[in-house]
Amino acid sequence: MTANEFLLQRLSAVVMAPLVVMHLLTIILAVQGGLSGEEILERTRGNWLMGTLYATFVIAAAVHTGIGLANILAEWAGMARQSARIVGHAFGGLLLVLGLRAVWAVL
Amino acid sequence: VLHSEASAEEPVGSTALSVKVWRGGPDGGRLQTFEIPTSANQTVLDAISLIQRQKEPSLAYRFSCRVGMCGSCAMTVNGVPRWTCRTLVSAVNHGGTLEIRPLRNLPIIRDLVTDMTPFFERWTATTLPSGSAAADAAPGLEDRIIAPPKRSGANASEADGVDRTTSPAQPAPEYAPPPALSNATLEDPDRRAANEATECINCGVCYAACDVVAADRDYIGPAALNRAWAAWNDHRRPDHKAIEDAVTRTGGCHTCHTHGACAAACPIGLNPSSGIAGLKRETSRSTLRGIWNLGLSFAGSERSAQGGSR
Repeated sequence: MTANEFLLQRLSAVVMAPLVVMHLLTIILAVQGGLSGEEILERTRGNWLMGTLYATFVIAAAVHTGIGLANILAEWAGMARQSARIVGHAFGGLLLVLGLRAVWAVL
Repeated sequence: VLHSEASAEEPVGSTALSVKVWRGGPDGGRLQTFEIPTSANQTVLDAISLIQRQKEPSLAYRFSCRVGMCGSCAMTVNGVPRWTCRTLVSAVNHGGTLEIRPLRNLPIIRDLVTDMTPFFERWTATTLPSGSAAADAAPGLEDRIIAPPKRSGANASEADGVDRTTSPAQPAPEYAPPPALSNATLEDPDRRAANEATECINCGVCYAACDVVAADRDYIGPAALNRAWAAWNDHRRPDHKAIEDAVTRTGGCHTCHTHGACAAACPIGLNPSSGIAGLKRETSRSTLRGIWNLGLSFAGSERSAQGGSR
């Protein structure tokens, strides 16, 4: 892991920590009254604050996962560092695309 | 310190000790069992020496000073890397048995002797295993951090090899010690941090204890980074950029998982984990400062461009 990867890994974790709490609180509170999918969409449509927060969450998760997965592949699977980086960041990129698409879909 | 764990009351020559010793070479080996008598204050190295002198003359092992100074005799004792000359048998034998193997994470030459080359290559070089083009091209920590400042001019040749840290000789006209040198005191926190890190005896115990060294072939290990931390805190060597370059590459300080195995195993009680955390902290600060300065210079160039276009 290089200095930049280390820093990005920590910063993305700092960003994600409050967003995980927000996400858990949101889903727990949302299902309290037994919300249907349609009712949830009613609340998320046009909610740009939620969209921004979840887009930030997705970006942070994609960065964090890419670096972390590359490290796991290099240390646990014995993969060459550069190959591990390619696989890790490709997976991070996939998460980024799928995550942003999901956020866009409910916005 | 391990020897302090031992009881002062020990039977003399009365109890048999079963010692399983790893025998073999680079291609593999097996454990061979020897029965030897115990004695008062018997160290693990004493036990191995007794086996070699009285039972198995072909047993290969390495030692030198026998007093915990040289760092030559480290081996794996009952699964834990230790300096054998200062480890009392009574402190580590479980049920009258010892199992002694060569140090982990290092190539085996024969029996209990490991090839320390990878350890010292990493200790003196930067981040990549020897033999790689990048490692050969990269100047080592030795050259980049510890070497005294190069002098030019008429006094250059006589200056080579002079240890300025101890020599009271007059400095050459073009060399002036940094002000920090004269200001450093033993109470200075940086000086204390440097002092602690310089106590390393290069026994390789931390390197053998580290699971990250075992998992990541690029990782230079706790001893090399501990040394870099000493240099970082040394007022006489203010070239932080060179140290930063050396420890922030792949396999540098950011590879450490802070398991603390190095600190737990270090026979003289050093804490390389703490030094590595210090390197992570300082290099992260430096990176953030670099980003901040880049932003400032970008903003400054934008402003001057706007001013010029008016």
